[in-house]
Amino acid sequence: MSHTTPMTRIYVFKRYERFWHWSQAVLVILMLVTGFEIHGSYHSLGFERAVRLHTLSAWTLLALWAFTIFWQFTTGEWRQYIPTASKLVAMARYYMFGIFTGAPHPYHKTVQKKHNPLQRLAYLVLLALVSPVIWGSGLLYLFYAYWGRLGLDGWLSLEQVATVHTAGAFMMLVFVIAHVYLTTTGHTVFAHIKAMITGWDEVEDEIDHTGTAPAKPR
Amino acid sequence: MRHRAIHALFALAVLMAGTAGAVGASGKASTADHSKFEELAGPFDSGPAVTRACLKCHTEASHQIMQTRHWTWDYANPATGQRLGKKTMVNAFCIGDQSNEPFCQSCHIGYGWKDKHFDFSDASRVDCLACHNTGEYTKPFGFAGNPVTVRSEYPPGSGKFVEPIDLAKIAQAVGPTRRDNCGACHYYGGGGDGVKHGDLDSSLNTATHALDVHMDKDGLNFRCSTCHVSDQHAVAGSRIAMTAADPHPALLRGEKSERNPAACQACHGDKPHKEGLLAAERLNAHTDTLACQTCHIPAFARGGVSTKMAWDWSQAGQLSAEGKPFQKKDDHGHVIYDSKKGAFVHGQNVTPAYQWFDGRVTYTLLNDTIDPTTRVPINVFHGEPGAPNARIWPVKVFHGRQPYDTERKTLLVPNVAVPGDTSFWYNFDWSRALAAGAEATGAPFSGKYDFVDTQMLWPITHMVAPKEKAVACHECHADGGRLAGIEGVYLPGRDRSPWLDRLGWLAALAALLGVSLHAIARILTHLRKED
Repeated sequence: MSHTTPMTRIYVFKRYERFWHWSQAVLVILMLVTGFEIHGSYHSLGFERAVRLHTLSAWTLLALWAFTIFWQFTTGEWRQYIPTASKLVAMARYYMFGIFTGAPHPYHKTVQKKHNPLQRLAYLVLLALVSPVIWGSGLLYLFYAYWGRLGLDGWLSLEQVATVHTAGAFMMLVFVIAHVYLTTTGHTVFAHIKAMITGWDEVEDEIDHTGTAPAKPR
Repeated sequence: MRHRAIHALFALAVLMAGTAGAVGASGKASTADHSKFEELAGPFDSGPAVTRACLKCHTEASHQIMQTRHWTWDYANPATGQRLGKKTMVNAFCIGDQSNEPFCQSCHIGYGWKDKHFDFSDASRVDCLACHNTGEYTKPFGFAGNPVTVRSEYPPGSGKFVEPIDLAKIAQAVGPTRRDNCGACHYYGGGGDGVKHGDLDSSLNTATHALDVHMDKDGLNFRCSTCHVSDQHAVAGSRIAMTAADPHPALLRGEKSERNPAACQACHGDKPHKEGLLAAERLNAHTDTLACQTCHIPAFARGGVSTKMAWDWSQAGQLSAEGKPFQKKDDHGHVIYDSKKGAFVHGQNVTPAYQWFDGRVTYTLLNDTIDPTTRVPINVFHGEPGAPNARIWPVKVFHGRQPYDTERKTLLVPNVAVPGDTSFWYNFDWSRALAAGAEATGAPFSGKYDFVDTQMLWPITHMVAPKEKAVACHECHADGGRLAGIEGVYLPGRDRSPWLDRLGWLAALAALLGVSLHAIARILTHLRKED
């Protein structure tokens, strides 16, 4: 960790974004906990309460996503998730080697590009692969009672749907583990978490820095 | 909601009760006071004398009931082609009726069926009082279904006497069937209160809400006939040709229907649960695979009366040092051994077993070959796991041990209960008892016998608990739960893909291990730099 580089504070995570992130975090963890109880991995809340909480969390998260998608498009923030190949290898190399030797972080975070290329790729995979798996199977699971009316009962079995849903849950669990750990890889151990709480992050001052410190946002 | 259900039920009861002007569960009074009828002034010296009086007004009653199984004890099952009915069926309790008629026919709704020469066409032999008395009517064992009108010694020469009853008084007080009428036989099958069914015993006469929500004496106070409605004396509902699934809405008043009015769905419909939007009809979806009873009857024999769970006839016949038959009782006063009958196991608050059932039942009959090396099924409830016409049902599994012909590999009916020198209860000699039984049934008997383990199933459908006492989700949605071993259905909490679990947890573990090692490496390299 370089202590000599001058640091600049930038406002990366807006108020709605932080609200979204933390409520989503709570809901995802709640759904993992209740989901694996429904799965039969352990017993704590009881099956019935676990099912009820799991369903309630699912609907809450769906509502949250409805707002978030709206927010992403109206603010243009969705562009943050467009994947890029540039510096992808450098990022991987940094996590594998550079981070141990104190090499400089290969990615320079700005308000316009707040996610590093690996992050972008990870979130894209989450959005394009894990989410459809979980939500598709989850909604089918939830609406099992309507399969007959929807003409699905000849095509699907509950076992298939539950298996796919569980597979999605394991993917999400692995993501959460990696995601939580990677929050500690900022310039200090808690820098990323602090940024996600306050919205403000510190980045190394660079020569080509625009210098236009963002105004305190809305 | 509750009111609507009650109305629907009452409408149904009135609808199906036909011309009898029956009094429903509401207890409305009849328009006729039978004590004012000259025909019933009496005195009556026999049952048939009462029946002849009844038939003067109820001209069709005997003819109607003579078409039903209550009279014939004989039934050709259209679904399986088997000839069934109490007359010839074998069970794992008292085993069989034939050769024991004077005793067993106390529960026949007729007078005088003492052997195979009984006249089934004699209308005066129909026993109206068995189902329509309002108390004090009894048909003691040994009198072939006749009430006793003169003081009689029974068994002959025993010095024990049966006191007579006043048939005129009983006839003048008749009414629509009550629980205790039906219960006089249906509670006491197998020789005692609650013995056979497990979900039918005398506790239902004064049922609490906790025991049965429909028969609750302070609540709905249903009679048996509220659900088992009858038309022209044909009573709906049967355990040997059951309605296992009824995927239809509730019946409406006036609706023409061939459906069984005794099924839960006749009043409640097949999607009866009112659920919140979030539940997405989760409980109602269960009715595609579960019988109502599966969740709503969490245990049977809940009314304080025990039911027999096992009966070992091979133990019968042990005598005391003085050569006398004896009984042994457990701490609760239940007979666990009787020289006349053998050894028993009792149960109360018994959790049912569960199995797929589509309503088809087949029986092992007297001419069927058995495999004595395994537990012989007296009856089999059929149903393919997951089939659309089958549901998972709660059942009582009863274990018997009873005589069979070791040469012919067939079940045997012993002559047990009728005083005489062939009867097991009077001489404790199996050979003579089984020979006499075989003679009555007409089935051949090699003379060689032994005892074989048997099993008999009983559908659990009465003693419906309050909804808050219904079987909770986790009792099935768990490993080793109530439905452990039930195939044909994917049960979250019980079923999972083992390889996916292994792979998933391995991935999670690998992720944890990976980040831990990464973290340790960071700490170590950081410390080295600090140095």
